[in-house]
Amino acid sequence: MRETLRAALTIYAKDVRLELRTRETLFSVLAFAFVVAFIFTFAFEPSPQLIASIGPGIVWVAWIFTAVLGMNRTFLLEHERGTLDGLRLAPVPREALYLGKLLSVVTLLVTVEALMLPAFLVLYDLSLFNVWFIAIALAATVGIAAVGTLFSAIAVHTRAREVLLPMLFLPVALPLLIGAVTGAREALDGEGWDGVGRWLQLIVAFDVVFLVLSSLVFEYVLEE
Amino acid sequence: MTGAWRLGLLLVTGVLVLIDMYLIFAYAPTERSMGIVQRLFYFHVPVILTSWLAFALAAASSVWYLVKRERVCDRLAYASAEVGVVFFTVAIITGAVWAKPVWGTWWVWDANGTLTFVLWLIFIGYLMVRAYAPDAERGRRWSAVTAIIGAATVPFVYMAADWWGGLHPERVTGPGAQGSLESEMFVTLMFSFVTFIVLFTALIAERYALRSDEDTIEELRLAAA
Amino acid sequence: MTDQPASTATRSGHALELRGVSKTYGTTHALRSVDLDAAWERVLVLFGHNGAGKSTLLRVAAALVKPTAGSVTTAGFDADRHTQRVRAATGYAGHGTLLYDDLTPEENLRFYARLHGVPQPDERTGEVLRDVGAERWAHRRVRGLSNGMQKRVAIARALLHRPALLLLDEPDSGLDVQGQAFVETVVRAVADGGGAVVLSAHDPARGLAIADDFAVLRGGRIAATGEAASAAPDEVAALLSAPPINTSEGAA
Repeated sequence: MRETLRAALTIYAKDVRLELRTRETLFSVLAFAFVVAFIFTFAFEPSPQLIASIGPGIVWVAWIFTAVLGMNRTFLLEHERGTLDGLRLAPVPREALYLGKLLSVVTLLVTVEALMLPAFLVLYDLSLFNVWFIAIALAATVGIAAVGTLFSAIAVHTRAREVLLPMLFLPVALPLLIGAVTGAREALDGEGWDGVGRWLQLIVAFDVVFLVLSSLVFEYVLEE
Repeated sequence: MTGAWRLGLLLVTGVLVLIDMYLIFAYAPTERSMGIVQRLFYFHVPVILTSWLAFALAAASSVWYLVKRERVCDRLAYASAEVGVVFFTVAIITGAVWAKPVWGTWWVWDANGTLTFVLWLIFIGYLMVRAYAPDAERGRRWSAVTAIIGAATVPFVYMAADWWGGLHPERVTGPGAQGSLESEMFVTLMFSFVTFIVLFTALIAERYALRSDEDTIEELRLAAA
Repeated sequence: MTDQPASTATRSGHALELRGVSKTYGTTHALRSVDLDAAWERVLVLFGHNGAGKSTLLRVAAALVKPTAGSVTTAGFDADRHTQRVRAATGYAGHGTLLYDDLTPEENLRFYARLHGVPQPDERTGEVLRDVGAERWAHRRVRGLSNGMQKRVAIARALLHRPALLLLDEPDSGLDVQGQAFVETVVRAVADGGGAVVLSAHDPARGLAIADDFAVLRGGRIAATGEAASAAPDEVAALLSAPPINTSEGAA
């Protein structure tokens, strides 16, 4: 267990170092997220009343498409550089490789989401600085990364990787999207635990189930 | 299963389907409030349940395949997914045609309706993984992983959609048999269940046999290469 | 050199034992029922044309590829049951460098040393970089290094955890004479230090000069094996270019 965690953190530290040096993933993904948020402004002609009802939906659609793009890149970079074999050669449980990549994905997504908050404020006058909203967002992001990391490791080896990842990931992640959007709406309506609690519980339960299950099956994904 | 068995099963299926058609269109009375369109109910409900069964079968065989690595399990999972996609498609079409005149909406996003849609998409993903995998062996493994992950999301989809529907009371929830069924209707529905289960079994047996033949061809081509 | 394997794993038996190993990709054979032994303290060179199965064989030995059939025993460990031990006991350098282009050689090696659980990873990294003569380049990005230098660092990566069995896939390719001499030194050091080396080569004369034993692969099968000392490059070349057993050769 300690060995697994050590190897996972080693991979994570390497990814962070690489990203800080090249900044190739964060900026491209962030730019995409801004474009999506910007396009919605014209797609919906947002009025205050409309934003109150569809605001959380806009936020999460922008985030989830950004997540698909970002997760695709995480394994694509290893795959293109041929370094995936370097990871596979390591004498560590395959769960460690999964966890390491998962940490990188969560960090990327949380960073992008945080940097998007001011954009939503400016574009839609939508203030998301709400404890319950943030709790829901963090929990849902972990779930997104848990499923997405697994599926992007599959998609990266296929011919249709840009299509395959969203095709596999989005249906499975639907409960997260429902929970995140509905929970966010409750949170922004000023509800506390009474309104948000059950959605948070659902999302956290999802996180736990898919973290465990995905680390268990990751071995079958990596094997050649 | 041998050819004779499969032929027998197909014949039985044919007879059952004919009887079922008679029951649905002649024997069962026309429902008073919904009219003729209610007869779709005898297709829709058994088909939906059979497609869920297909998913359960695919997920179970996938676990079995990853543990045992026997081609038998993979063929069963693959056959279930192929037949399952067809059944889900029929379930969704009949559901839409039925829902529109009765509830004024093409699809009811309650827990059952949402789950049906999600499982249909996961099955399509399952078949896509196999089609796009770099080689057949990885296709088998990755599609098994897809089915297992898909199965794990079932309770979450169900709960999320159920709570979400509860927040939207203007939407009608819960298709199905509210109120009492007349006895002819009940008999027809039960017979339909049996018919579709048998039809499903016959189709699985056919696809399974086809997969076996394909595996044999692959082995022969390997031996010849 | 300080690349003697630290783990004196079961030196009884062979460094590598393949029994009936086959690997198929779809309907192509990469390996067909291969039986092969590699002895301790010796260097085994694999000859074969492109697509003969050399790369797949080395990847199977490194537990990167799971064979379709057959058993692999590496350094006394069954590759199927004790995969982590096999991974710890083998060092593999393939066609790619397995290095991150935007990190320096030092950063790359420190990363891999930690990933492999090497004790005192930073010291070991410095040691290996010195051994391969890459000290001067240790702090430049890999992207900017010459192919030859990248290759040296790639081999250094395979040596980090002092593997008992070193697997090199065409280590000579893209190297100048000095680089080739370097490969020879590394290979000898591992074999003389009690380990074993399996490498693949194109050129019979060059391969036989490094090797103690040789094996010829053709269409995924072992076509011949023998001792390097008793074989002439011409004979090996003749074995290589003998008409293929079949018209369709497996992919590597």
